Amino acid sequence: MDQMAVKIRAKDLNLFYGDFHALQDIQFSVPEKAITALIGPSGCGKSTLLRCFNRMNDLVENCRITGSIRIDGQEVVDDRTDLIALRKKVGMVFQRPNVFDLSIYNNLLFGLRIHRMVSGKDRILATIRWGLEQVGLWDELKDRLNQNARTLTLEQQQRLCIARVVILRPEVILLDEPCSALDPIATMRIEELLRELKRDYTIVIVTHNMQQAARVSDYTGFMYLGRLIEFGTTSQVFTNPRDRLTENYISGQFG
Amino acid sequence: MRRAITERIIETCIRLSGLVVILFVVLVFLFLLKDAVLLFGHYPLGQFLLGTKWLPISEPPSFGIIPLLIGSLYVTAGAIVLCVPVGVISAMFIAEVAPGPLKGILKSLVEILASIPSVVLGFIGLVWLGPFLKDLLGLRTGQCGLTGSLLLAFMALPTIISISEDALASVPKAFKEAAYGLGATRWQTLWRICLPAASSGIIAAVMLGIGRVIGETMVVMMVTGNSPVIPRSITQALRTLTATIASEMGEAVSGSEHYYALFAVGLVLFISTFLINLVADAFLRRARQ
Ligand SMILES: Nc1ncnc2c1ncn2[C@@H]1O[C@H](COP(=O)(O)OP(=O)(O)OP(=O)(O)O)[C@@H](O)[C@H]1O
Ligand SMILES: [Mg+2]
Repeated sequence: MDQMAVKIRAKDLNLFYGDFHALQDIQFSVPEKAITALIGPSGCGKSTLLRCFNRMNDLVENCRITGSIRIDGQEVVDDRTDLIALRKKVGMVFQRPNVFDLSIYNNLLFGLRIHRMVSGKDRILATIRWGLEQVGLWDELKDRLNQNARTLTLEQQQRLCIARVVILRPEVILLDEPCSALDPIATMRIEELLRELKRDYTIVIVTHNMQQAARVSDYTGFMYLGRLIEFGTTSQVFTNPRDRLTENYISGQFG
Repeated sequence: MRRAITERIIETCIRLSGLVVILFVVLVFLFLLKDAVLLFGHYPLGQFLLGTKWLPISEPPSFGIIPLLIGSLYVTAGAIVLCVPVGVISAMFIAEVAPGPLKGILKSLVEILASIPSVVLGFIGLVWLGPFLKDLLGLRTGQCGLTGSLLLAFMALPTIISISEDALASVPKAFKEAAYGLGATRWQTLWRICLPAASSGIIAAVMLGIGRVIGETMVVMMVTGNSPVIPRSITQALRTLTATIASEMGEAVSGSEHYYALFAVGLVLFISTFLINLVADAFLRRARQ
């Protein structure tokens, strides 16, 4: 644990939804180019914590954050943060595949356009191809890029959502229960994809599914009632938890 | 058993009401057609459709519909050009930009706008807007196509705004989250994601607005100068199809050529709105795919 390079470091992080204290004194370090899983019972604040890293909580009214989150040493909890650059660098994949009601091509083009990343038809197509290859969709979809993305299977849609993020060359990818709408086989395949992606990206995944956390992650954080109770390598947290709460949760005594 | 019978009755009622609607449309058409064809016994169809003079009470009379068609076209096109962008942009503002309390106020204002009787608007046009435009643009008369267009645009706005706003508000939140998550600004999200996703609803809103504009009679009769000559620009006095029927029906002797000519005008109006609706439907269907 000590030798790992830290990508994101949260310090004294507190978050309030109005009067509700949703995150309490979070101290959390996300290792670089690894998969970190956040587990914990429903409502403990996993999504909330994840959404702090790309400041998606800004969309929620009455949401107030104190403390510090540094990504590559740069402060994120700061009014002067460039949200556009931040969200390009820290991409997010949501629980339900949320592809736009547009063609596959245009779903991928959207991000390239808003960040003015590439121009020219050939270079755009090459980039889109690269993005689809990253998520193993190119061969399936190369002949129907103009088809509406909402006609794809849920697994394909979720892969497309990942491609939409990857194509922007982020450094961090946040995934909030990315498999909860998928069947077990699709889930396995997405997990495989995540293992491939961790060579190039820092990945944080929220999951309800402890087996998934155990299968896919290198590090695991356990949250309970707005606090980060325990954090360590996945094997340590699952086989030798330091905290009683963690142990009870992992052994399935509550959830 | 009881339930099966109730189901049956309900189903029959629904079928019947559907049939009634169709029946009405067909009956209106036949009714117009019956009287309109009587004109063409005396007066050639070609001269009616292509004639450039509408002189119903001169001797011999002339029933050329072109001046009225062009009048309608000017006023309607002017209104559409004005109300579509304003309406859609207002809807975008209300749906996505306005903060909570302002949003509520704007929505009820739009509803109030919708309930202003057209004769009141005509009155405003007559005593205020017309003279104002006359001075502003240095026109010969304020009672012209432009005044009509402005008022009609105003009348179509509530329809366009409220239906477009509904369409925009029902764009799934997940789309917006996805866009913001990718680093899009509010404007980019609105323009590239919400607008296309709401497009079929917005097109429907625009079409309904246009329907209102084409069918409107009172306002155009009051403010467009009521002169059935081919206008050379929108700032001249003119007369629309609708206004012609409304203003001449009273004086036309029942059973006369003039009387039948007005029915023929009505038929043309009916067919044009029918065609516009067909086009609108085609658009909607394409947008849905
Ligand atoms: N927009 C909001 N306004 C007020 N309270 C909120 C809001 N979003 C979440 N909460 C509350 O904050 C707490 C943490 O929510 P969060 O969604 O982060 O939990 P979670 O761990 O992701 O749960 P789940 O596993 O069900 O997704 C919950 O008690 C929730 O009710
Ligand atoms: Mg959650």
